[in-house]
Amino acid sequence: MGMTADEWGIVMLSLQVSLAAICGAVPLAFVLAWALARLRFPGKILLDGLVHLPLVLPPVVIGWLLLIAFAPDGPGGRLLALFGVSVLFRWTGAAIAAAVMALPLMVRAIRLSLEAVDPRLEQAARTLGAGPWRTFATITLPLASPGVLAGAVLGFARSLGEFGATITFVSNIPDETRTLPLAIYAALQLPGGDSAVWRLAALAVVLSLGALVASEALTRASGQGRGSHVL
Amino acid sequence: MSFDIDATLQRGERAIPCRFTAPAGITALVGPSGVGKSSVLEAIAGLLRPTAGRILVGGTVLYDSAAGVDLPPEARACGMVFQDLRLFPHRRVRENLTYGEMLAPAERRFLSLDEAAAFLDIAPLLGRRPRTLSGGEAQRVAIGRALLSGPRFLLMDEPLTALDDARREAIILVIERIRDQLALPILLVSHDRVDVARLADQVVELRP
Repeated sequence: MGMTADEWGIVMLSLQVSLAAICGAVPLAFVLAWALARLRFPGKILLDGLVHLPLVLPPVVIGWLLLIAFAPDGPGGRLLALFGVSVLFRWTGAAIAAAVMALPLMVRAIRLSLEAVDPRLEQAARTLGAGPWRTFATITLPLASPGVLAGAVLGFARSLGEFGATITFVSNIPDETRTLPLAIYAALQLPGGDSAVWRLAALAVVLSLGALVASEALTRASGQGRGSHVL
Repeated sequence: MSFDIDATLQRGERAIPCRFTAPAGITALVGPSGVGKSSVLEAIAGLLRPTAGRILVGGTVLYDSAAGVDLPPEARACGMVFQDLRLFPHRRVRENLTYGEMLAPAERRFLSLDEAAAFLDIAPLLGRRPRTLSGGEAQRVAIGRALLSGPRFLLMDEPLTALDDARREAIILVIERIRDQLALPILLVSHDRVDVARLADQVVELRP
């Protein structure tokens, strides 16, 4: 079952898109998870719902909304135009689509781990002389880190499989936006593409399974038996 | 006066009026359970904001609603020993002990890690994880962590419960040594009349 150079290119592109997606999404997911876990504010239910929307909306709707937002006259498109950048039909657009679709999973994992951090430990740190930021860095973050890592890997796995929003938003362009799922879809359209589909599908299974196992292993390793499992 | 407290606390629906002064030495805060003894300690530590009043310790204003003073917990230099201890589970005993020590300004440190470990008989525990400690060991580590943070006074919430008689005796000796050798004012919450009679230089009763 030899892989062709094209197929390796597809795998590398998929990894690149997913990596970029979680690099952008982890900080955002962390801030959202923290706000949802720790703050009380009006409209919290609305924010919670918005964050979870990609989980339940048809992906094609998310892709279409992204298309509108990042079109040259859309708000995102205008903002990026200031920097002379466009993400339309680019791999960066695929990364944005993957990030948006992975966000709810990551927020859920990180939020669970933040909620599992006992605020009484943070109080103890304060009485020992640590300010809020130091308490966050030395108590909250280390105790939540297994969940954050697991959330990142889970988001990575979700990004690898992203299809609907991506094809709607940035189309299916070889070497630019044709990630693994889109390549499988393209191969299915071709007569005689079966063997390619088999190879790509097997790759997808291996990559996704690897990410899930890594997520669980990270939770255990950095949790050292005290972290709660996210998967 | 070491402790000079005149404040009203709010815990849930209930208002807890609290007014007492206490000189140096060991002051026991007693009263029926649920009367708000722990809340008083939390208010002094800065973890619970009173609705009104003043809290002074050793002449320093920690909280004064009229003057708009409300020092954050990290600025109060209180050594708090919680009833549930609250050792940091991701840090070994040594790192628990040094957590407050490294944050304390040099002039407030009156004890080194080695001295504290000898004083509390916890030197063999330094490499252990908190969850592997027995109740008495964890209690002494919690006291050590508070002492090493360079406190100007100690707040101890039920430091003798959950200990067997031998350990109880050891902790009582530790508390007396803190008073006598380190000259720290101590405010402790206890529900045990025998312990209170044994330890306390003065008793403050909180009534519902």
